[in-house]
Amino acid sequence: MAKKSKRGTLVETAVLAPLDWVDERTAAVRGTKWFLFRNVPRDISWAQTLGSATLTAFIVQTLTGVILAMYYEPSSSINPTTGKPVAYSSIEAITNDLTLGWLVRGMHRWGASVFIILLFLHMGRVFLFGAYKYPRELTWITGVFILVTGMLLGFTGYLLPWDQTAYWATVVGINLNGTAPFLGPWLAQFLATGPEIGSETLAKWYSLHMLVLPGAIIGLIGVHIYLVTRLGVVSPPWSGERAGRERAEAAPTGARAGLVRGGTSGGGK
Amino acid sequence: MSDASHDNPHAPGPSLWPIGFAIGVACLLLGLVLSWIIAAIGAVLAVVFGLLWARDVTREVRGEVPEIEPETRAVADEAAAPAGPPAAAPLPTYTRSRFLEASTLGISAAIGAVVTLPVLGFMVLPSFTNLEEQEADLGPLENFPEGKYVIASYFALPGGGEVSRRTVFVRYNGLVENPANQGRQEPSFTILYSRCVHLGCPVQPNGPIDEAAKKNVNGVELRPVLAQSFGCPCHGGLYDAEGNRRAGPPVRSMDRAEYSIKHGRLILGPVYAVGNVSGTGANAMISRYPWSTPGTHVDGIEAWLYPIVPTQVTG
Ligand code: HEM
Ligand code: FES
Repeated sequence: MAKKSKRGTLVETAVLAPLDWVDERTAAVRGTKWFLFRNVPRDISWAQTLGSATLTAFIVQTLTGVILAMYYEPSSSINPTTGKPVAYSSIEAITNDLTLGWLVRGMHRWGASVFIILLFLHMGRVFLFGAYKYPRELTWITGVFILVTGMLLGFTGYLLPWDQTAYWATVVGINLNGTAPFLGPWLAQFLATGPEIGSETLAKWYSLHMLVLPGAIIGLIGVHIYLVTRLGVVSPPWSGERAGRERAEAAPTGARAGLVRGGTSGGGK
Repeated sequence: MSDASHDNPHAPGPSLWPIGFAIGVACLLLGLVLSWIIAAIGAVLAVVFGLLWARDVTREVRGEVPEIEPETRAVADEAAAPAGPPAAAPLPTYTRSRFLEASTLGISAAIGAVVTLPVLGFMVLPSFTNLEEQEADLGPLENFPEGKYVIASYFALPGGGEVSRRTVFVRYNGLVENPANQGRQEPSFTILYSRCVHLGCPVQPNGPIDEAAKKNVNGVELRPVLAQSFGCPCHGGLYDAEGNRRAGPPVRSMDRAEYSIKHGRLILGPVYAVGNVSGTGANAMISRYPWSTPGTHVDGIEAWLYPIVPTQVTG
């Protein structure tokens, strides 16, 4: 490489100075490097990308869900023009009338299944690789809570179109909960808001589906990913590079030292 | 920082106790479904093996506890206090900062509770309070021909809309002597509640509906049907004309509704669960039980094996 011209240095300063400024006050750049430019074992494969795939599916659900929420109306009362329930009419409008609504709704609906399938594939990978063992037990446990919350998201989301399938599938689901030992009937009655599904049920499930459960799962995902970053990825069980062996201290390929100039300005370590 | 977290295998040695612990937990979970005794055995196993396991795992950490002189804070700087009285003044056991810490936490907890409790209450209580449904008036008795089922559907809550629609199958069994009422002749009805006792789907009569004879009496829709059995669209449950299960996953006979007759009109009462019906029509022997969630057995060995579902939650 040729030596840097004076101009090049100037440009670099202009770009990096604001980053340094932010990093000095927030450690955001250092944090991002810590999060992204990590050492991973040499012998990982596509199997280790299932977690990120699940996260991507979740992000798709969040984005499409937020936008669906701009058009969807969670009400079981009858829309006077269509003669059908407001919720169902709004889903019809999203699918048939609103530009690109069919696409976003389709992404959210199919994405829900993709998300659950990826959750299970990711979990299977972790199980088969024994990646839940010391010191990653808590990562596994947060994952279990994510799985349960994810399935609850699917359960509550399924009611929202308020058609016959949605309604009766939910009746069945609530009654299944009702047969649980001890608290079952109370749980069922809480979910239905009364002895049977009624007009409050839809609004309650919408609130659970788009506020309570996403909030909970986002928190859980945060902890999960923090733990993954902190503890690193594990080699496959057949790996020679076994857990615990010294890692070569060579400069990792991913970690470019230059993003923030080390030491000179405030951004250094 | 980098070495502290990375895969140093100071994992404890192998131990067999987790297997016992797992068996205990499995027993406990099975017991929740099957019976108290198995659950109790499982709980004991889980606790015992769990403790053994924890003891095993922590042996290294606990090690031999060395005898350590209790720390005393009284003499912070021996050089500075040689001239003082030999008995050091006792330190306050509850310092100012401890007090402030505790009171901050306590007050925050109190504020948190004051805010959270009503909110939680509002979330949960409306599901369980003020839920009375009106009793349904199915109209004059003449609308129910003898020996035939009529599909009667009505709204349980005025203004509740479609979601409060309830459906019952009503069959008039003719006049029978009522020994409880000095042997007077009284009309007898079989009233089956349409919700499947498997998991609550809407059971349908298996037969042609006479749409021409459809009537609407004060918002109650009455449609005669030629049916000697009832089927559930969800998982294929099949019931006979008395509501006994004939096929599929339902666990008891169809629920029935109590009824009374006021001023020549048929009035529906509460729904109850039915274990089994022998005989037919007015002469049927009905083993009745308090209403219970769909999917739960009310009689037989299963009701004993799975006794932990309480009957109806009240409104
Ligand atoms: C992992 C997360 C999620 C899963 C598994 C999930 C699942 C579902 C499912 C199965 C449906 C029914 C879809 C349909 O019938 O079209 C649905 C609908 C819906 N969801 Fe989600 N969802 C998730 C996240 C979210 C989030 C974060 C929001 C909003 C902030 C949201 C908002 C909605 C809305 C508004 C609907 C109704 C529209 C519709 O039914 O097409 N969802 N969701
Ligand atoms: S709900 Fe009727 S058979 Fe399952």
